[in-house]
Amino acid sequence: MAFLDLIQLFDTTIRLATPLLLACLAGLYSERAGIFDIGLEGKMLAAAFFSAAIAYSMGSVWMGLLAGIGISLALSAIHGLASITFRGNQLISGLAITMLAGGMTVLVAQSWFAQGGRTPSLTDDSRFTGIELPFAIGPSEAEAAGRPLSQLIAEAGPLQQIYSELISGHSILVYIAFALVPLTWWVLYATRFGLRLRAVGENPASVDTAGVSVVGLRYAAVMICGVLCGIAGAYLATALQAGFVKDMTAGRGYIALAALIFAKWRPWYALSATLLFGLFQALELRPDMIENVTGVAVQAQLLGALPYILTVVILAGFVGKAIPPRAGGQPYVKER
Amino acid sequence: MTSAPAIELKGISKAFGPVQANKDISISVQPGTIHGIIGENGAGKSTLMSILYGFYKADAGEIYIKGQKAHITDSQAAIAAGIGMVFQHFKLVENFTVLENIVLGAEDGALLRPSLRKARKELRHLADEYELNVDPDTLIENLSVGHQQRVEILKALYRKADILILDEPTGVLTPAEADQLFRILDRLREEGKTIILITHKLREIMDTTDTVSVMRRGQMTATVKTAETDPEQLAELMVGRKVLLQVEKAPAQPAQTILEVENLSVTDDKGVERLKNVSLNIRAGEILGIAGVAGNGQSELMEVLGGMISGQGTVRLNGDALDLTGKHSDGRSRRARGIAHVPEDRQSEGLIMDFHAWENVAFGYHHDAKYQKNALFMDNAALRADTQAKMDKFDVRPPLPWLAAKNFSGGNQQKIVVAREIERNPDLLLIGQPTRGVDIGAIEFIHKQIIELRDQGKAILLVSVELDEIMSLSDRIAVMFDGEIMGERLPQDTNAQELGLLMAGVTASEGAA
Amino acid sequence: MEKMPKWADVVLIPLISLILAAAISALVILGIGEDPIEAVKLMVQGALGSSNGWGYTLYYATNFMFTGLAVAVAFHASLFNIGGEGQAMLGGLGVALVCLFIPWPHWSIALIAASGAAALFGAAWALIPAYLQVRRGSHVVITTIMFNFIAFSLLNYVLVNQLRPPRAMDPASAKFPEATHLPSLHDILGTVGIEFSKHAPANISLLIAIAACVGVWALIWRTRFGFELRAFGKSESGARYAGISPFKITIVTMLISGGLAGMMAINNVMGESERLVLNAVEGAGFIGIAVSLMGRNHPFGVFLAAILFGFLYQGGAELALWTNIPRELIVVIQALVILFTGALDNMVRMPLERIFLALNTKKEG
Repeated sequence: MAFLDLIQLFDTTIRLATPLLLACLAGLYSERAGIFDIGLEGKMLAAAFFSAAIAYSMGSVWMGLLAGIGISLALSAIHGLASITFRGNQLISGLAITMLAGGMTVLVAQSWFAQGGRTPSLTDDSRFTGIELPFAIGPSEAEAAGRPLSQLIAEAGPLQQIYSELISGHSILVYIAFALVPLTWWVLYATRFGLRLRAVGENPASVDTAGVSVVGLRYAAVMICGVLCGIAGAYLATALQAGFVKDMTAGRGYIALAALIFAKWRPWYALSATLLFGLFQALELRPDMIENVTGVAVQAQLLGALPYILTVVILAGFVGKAIPPRAGGQPYVKER
Repeated sequence: MTSAPAIELKGISKAFGPVQANKDISISVQPGTIHGIIGENGAGKSTLMSILYGFYKADAGEIYIKGQKAHITDSQAAIAAGIGMVFQHFKLVENFTVLENIVLGAEDGALLRPSLRKARKELRHLADEYELNVDPDTLIENLSVGHQQRVEILKALYRKADILILDEPTGVLTPAEADQLFRILDRLREEGKTIILITHKLREIMDTTDTVSVMRRGQMTATVKTAETDPEQLAELMVGRKVLLQVEKAPAQPAQTILEVENLSVTDDKGVERLKNVSLNIRAGEILGIAGVAGNGQSELMEVLGGMISGQGTVRLNGDALDLTGKHSDGRSRRARGIAHVPEDRQSEGLIMDFHAWENVAFGYHHDAKYQKNALFMDNAALRADTQAKMDKFDVRPPLPWLAAKNFSGGNQQKIVVAREIERNPDLLLIGQPTRGVDIGAIEFIHKQIIELRDQGKAILLVSVELDEIMSLSDRIAVMFDGEIMGERLPQDTNAQELGLLMAGVTASEGAA
Repeated sequence: MEKMPKWADVVLIPLISLILAAAISALVILGIGEDPIEAVKLMVQGALGSSNGWGYTLYYATNFMFTGLAVAVAFHASLFNIGGEGQAMLGGLGVALVCLFIPWPHWSIALIAASGAAALFGAAWALIPAYLQVRRGSHVVITTIMFNFIAFSLLNYVLVNQLRPPRAMDPASAKFPEATHLPSLHDILGTVGIEFSKHAPANISLLIAIAACVGVWALIWRTRFGFELRAFGKSESGARYAGISPFKITIVTMLISGGLAGMMAINNVMGESERLVLNAVEGAGFIGIAVSLMGRNHPFGVFLAAILFGFLYQGGAELALWTNIPRELIVVIQALVILFTGALDNMVRMPLERIFLALNTKKEG
């Protein structure tokens, strides 16, 4: 297998890992605060639709992004209401929100665009397109040289190939997602908010007796989760693809959940886990590559199931124990 | 003393539904003293302190801190008023470091690093001043319980508390750790802090406090200077001179030995030894009463005999050993061997509160042949008839088998449990807190049933925190303290004072000294 | 004292939740420019107005009875089995294997074997999450979600690589042999002289589903195991006192739950499509959660709620056919029902309790 093929595989990995990473970090904030969220999928889906729909009708991808975040926040608010204010079952709430999003997106899409539950294809103005970093070989160079971009890259040196193909040329959301990893780490471990967030997910009574509002912290976490899911959904519909199609998240919210467990609720591990799961997805698209390298044909279905199987193995505690935040899933009730 | 009291409570009342937890309570605590609040479990001590710390809102009454009227609406307000609280169950984040736990909620700014740096310095300072040494970078879960408690104290001191409330602080400590704690408290007092110590242990009160208030059934019965009182008087104030319930009973006619316990020990999942080499025996036709302050191993004794937890040692019933760890160490096997068990906590163990009364009558005995219709189904009709009969016999009110357990009063709930267990005609009855939360009429009835069972030649192990109950029912009394049996007495040869001292862990020689 | 009479808990709360869900759905229909009253009329006409409509309604209801019972049984033991979807997929695989590879002389024997295989496969798929919960402490909800996806991949693999007939394009098995075809309601009712639509997919599985409702009711409220299951679900400490083994209850309950979800396959795979297709379950595993919540985890409630959701599904299909309202409207209604009856239960309950409390004090005062 050629070096360039590998680079391209990793490039696809990054593109596919980005929504997983965003959703995984979203879940991280929520679950670190003690609120389980199996509704990541639904929030992403709703955000994907609304971002595509608004980007299409207003012709601005940034308005689309805002709309995506907005709807995701609205769903987060429902989740907060159910699991924090009314102390309901967080799992049932997350499930209901995912279903709600699955139904509503198609319903509204059909009503607005009448294209069988999808939005019209987005043109470049209403999409996030690749950003060409300085000194990278990109479309503008290809145009200037009058030759196809792939040819130019194939002729470049290995470092330039890595730079131009792998690092440059992604949409702004990809860079944001990757920047969010150190940022999340910093927020979690270097700020007052992060300390309190982690504490409220471990032992809310400790936060309460210290005179800090458990409810306020948990709502804040759930809302951050909403913002990140919104970005993840917008990325799917306006960057990775050009428009919304029915059920376009295709289980990514659950893979992100799996990645979160796999990452043991830590930001840097979340990056590795989502890159790994992104690689599986990239390989699913290129089954020939594994066969070329290993000589063994691996079933695409196995690759599809691998994130879930790995997560079950981790959950079973056979390979390092994944201990969730201790107060996760339990509504906080004051007691002596 | 002329200075304003550090804390003054005036007429505090608090009710939870029909239960009056605190009734018109007033105290005044001078600054720089250790004030003890003593009382039995459920006397309302913890509720009172929770009000002071802003966890509950009092229905009536006023709080003054250093002469100023304080409005303690939440914990934040309490902290601001200079109150620090060390709860019985620590409020620490187990997988945080000591330092992180200390700054949590008392950070100086949005960034953590300056706060941590400041706290580290302050911690060193506090360690020097009060001999409170804890490694700031250790995770809480790696600390001993005693050190975790120090962290709680440090948390309060870091927040500039000058009034420190400790709720049953020695309940989880070893005697050595407890001694250390009291040295720390002495030191804090020397530095001018005011300390409120909540406990039910007489010895702690006598050893450490300057003044002491006694609570009983939600009321403050007395406040005295510790130097001017003695354990006997406090014990009396605590337990109160209740109308002694006259239980008519003939002298026991003990026959063959039913239960033999040899060197029985129980270690909980945290590795703490809850029961230490306990040995005792009970003969047919006798009641052995276990006296003791709650939490001294009585519950574990009952649970291991009832098959709820495993233990080490030897237990023989009618001469045959019981399985204490293996496949036959569960409650079902115990029942099959003829052990009936009225658990201490009827609401979470003895009954399924959402079940109908008739289902609860089968609870634990649902495998009994008489409750089966055939191999597949239970005979619910027979069960309901059986329930009706038991309800009539035990005068359960209302006598409705269809009513859910939660809809009966405490006394009638207990009658259902007692009926279920006694009517099984067991060889040995384990009965814990038989009359906790039970009205007077039902108490008398239940006591009579216990005596009747004894007179039928059954062995009975009775655990109760009510000393009166132990004294009037038991044929022999064993006193437990800290997982051990301190001694055995015959009810006619002892009195409440002597038992009270034993319950406090004071043996006869110490008491005399 | 009870805060609320029992009927309010059993009837009023689900009813209010349903009304809330319906009201919001009506707003949604208005929002997309359609007439909700007209929509309801169409749904009733389409789902209940003809024997064909009833045939579809009951067909869907059969699926939901199985998955609803699966969720309900687990709920009684305080276990949340969210893996009905995957368990039903596996049940389909079991049915397909039995029907394709064993030559059956008569449908009745085939049905018995297929039911057994469906239950066995579904139960096996629930066993691992159950074991991991009791022995390794991993939450059954998360593992059953993961197992839904693994089931999908497994089924996809088996269909594409093993069961797909040569030269076929879609991931589906071959048609089952004639001898395994189940009698439809048309055939059954025909024997007693009742006309019933020939084309509707409702079949004899409906009777098995109803029998399953009765069976689950008997299991939960009439057997020793049901007694222990409910006791364990209400109070784990109580179960410990009574000597009830958490291991046994968790494992057996999840086996029963998974088996019931798997049994759905005799309806949709054996009874309707007569071959195994990839998306045979079509979300029925999740609808089971709504059905169970709506039916208050009681088999009779599940029976009623399953018919209600069968009606919604058939009515929704009709709506999609005749109006601009897509079938997904039903998914929205279902999500709202789950939200109100499951997660926002306290929102409905707390004001209601206050009303009843006020009424009671007034009566006494």
